[in-house]
Amino acid sequence: MHSPTSAAIVVRDLRKTYRSARGVEAAAARPTIAIDEFTLAAGEQLALCGESGCGKSTFLHLVAGILAPDAGTVLVAGEAMAPAGERARDRLRARAIGQVFQTFNLLRGFTCLENLLLPMRFAGSVDEWRARELLVQTGVGDCGRRFPGELSVGQQQRVAIARALVTRPALVLADEPTANLDARHAALALSLLHDACAEHGAALLLVSHDERALAGFPAVRDFAELNRPFAEACAR
Amino acid sequence: MNPTSSFLLLVRRGLRQHLLASLLAALLVALATGGFVTVWNVRREAQRAFTGSVGEFDAVLGARGSPLQLVLAALFHLEAPPGLVDAAEVGRLRAHPAVASAYPLAMGDNYQGWRVVGAPAELLGATEWLPGRRPQLASGGRLFAEDRAEAVIGNHAARRLGVKLGDRIHPSHGLDHAEEADHEESFEIVGVLEPTGTPLDRVIWIPLEELQHLAGHGPHAAESVSAILVKLRPEARALGFQLDREYNRSGQRYTFAWPVAAVLTGLFERFLWFDRVLALGAAVAGGMAALCVLVALHGSMQARRRDWAILRALGAPRGMLLRAVLGEAAAIGAGGAVLGVIVHLGLGALIAGAVQAQTGVLLELPRWDWTLVCAPAAMVALCALAGLWPAWRACATPVAANLAPVS
Repeated sequence: MHSPTSAAIVVRDLRKTYRSARGVEAAAARPTIAIDEFTLAAGEQLALCGESGCGKSTFLHLVAGILAPDAGTVLVAGEAMAPAGERARDRLRARAIGQVFQTFNLLRGFTCLENLLLPMRFAGSVDEWRARELLVQTGVGDCGRRFPGELSVGQQQRVAIARALVTRPALVLADEPTANLDARHAALALSLLHDACAEHGAALLLVSHDERALAGFPAVRDFAELNRPFAEACAR
Repeated sequence: MNPTSSFLLLVRRGLRQHLLASLLAALLVALATGGFVTVWNVRREAQRAFTGSVGEFDAVLGARGSPLQLVLAALFHLEAPPGLVDAAEVGRLRAHPAVASAYPLAMGDNYQGWRVVGAPAELLGATEWLPGRRPQLASGGRLFAEDRAEAVIGNHAARRLGVKLGDRIHPSHGLDHAEEADHEESFEIVGVLEPTGTPLDRVIWIPLEELQHLAGHGPHAAESVSAILVKLRPEARALGFQLDREYNRSGQRYTFAWPVAAVLTGLFERFLWFDRVLALGAAVAGGMAALCVLVALHGSMQARRRDWAILRALGAPRGMLLRAVLGEAAAIGAGGAVLGVIVHLGLGALIAGAVQAQTGVLLELPRWDWTLVCAPAAMVALCALAGLWPAWRACATPVAANLAPVS
């Protein structure tokens, strides 16, 4: 179990260079991550904004352990996500991180309830009552036995938020969670995400290129300032 | 949701995503499994049942010809006897120190296509046609008297002909029914045999001498028989060589088909090529079924990459995806294999019915055999093997690339 007092994210000297399929470096063509230091405190909520292609999603994948960095350290809730082996990253991701994706990425062949139960299984502890309760809290309590394809876009986003919180994660990562929503639904989704994370004590790191959608967010930071190579490339 | 139930959930939901292809693959697995198990068991059971249906008899003496034809004619009533044997040979055989008993048979007549065989009543009353079992007469029946126009009918023939006690039948000359060949004499049915599961069930038995003296049979018929069933003394079975030498090597008139079991083995060896073709067919079907499993899983891979990436992003280890896809392949194999066993049960019953109708020999099908476990298990393993490549592809799915929105 993660420590509630540890910072949600600590990043030091993080480096990631994309390589082409043949292993040839193509740094100029694809964003490269070089972040010297980044910290997100436990329970803190922060939005990173930046234009498309600046490496925001890559940064989230590095924090989530989906990608392994070339160098550097990533701590999530006090535990090493990098450097760490894949199995350890999988376990830590399942246990300590909830994720909301741009296209929701609900498992379409599984019911909404099963979409919540599976991450609990991967995290090692299944509590069906909590899963049902979260669906109720996010306003889709009657959708547990339905498949995502049967739900409206707004309902799918609510299920995705419930899924991100179901394992009691220390950290929720949200990658462009409002990109597919109209302005009204985007505001509602952000509000729900914000409130739900606050209620469950999870830190929230959100990335988006839509500064308009982030207008009401408590803390917003430009990712280009954080990611040195991109800032340098922009300066050139 | 425990680990097993989550694994089963992944497998179940995965199968839904390629349901039609999975069902087709399972059907092929069923045909392969059912075909193989049926071929194997029918052959094995047929050999057992045919060899076990020859009663206590070790040999058959008949006119010079094929031993197999002689055995099939005298014991299974399937072929025409190769010719006639001097009736005096019965006495000669009975006097031989190696012979425990010898029963003459006169064949060559029928009643509406069902064979009428002349034999001593003792053949039915004192002979075990299956180990430890003598033919029993149905309630109210008795064996025919040797000097009367009476008949005992096998159970299957009685049912098919609709004949009952007290009815009279007119045998016809020849093995196939022809009305113009009807004999004048009629025989009263005095006994119906209980089912024996042997060729006895298909035969109408009448006294030997009555058949020999039927009007229309030549004068030589009274002094000859079609075949002689021979039972050797248990302690003198080796003396069968003497009779073999005497009749088969020194003599020219007769064939001494001995030992009967070896002659029947020759029959099954004749069909060995057919078994091999069927077994090869089943093996090819098994291979195709495995290929079909591979195609079913592989065909759905493109559509499922995102799901696998999501599962990985949610914390599912690669091994879990590997096991889940292998589980899908094995589940298709298992479903098909279970269906295959059901196919076997149905086919076995059909074949057993057809064989009994044609020969009277009762095949105990379906019957427990290790192939009922081994063949389905082999198919499940083969299907799981076919799932290895898609399973590997599933667990090697690049996560980040497949989480991105599809433009």
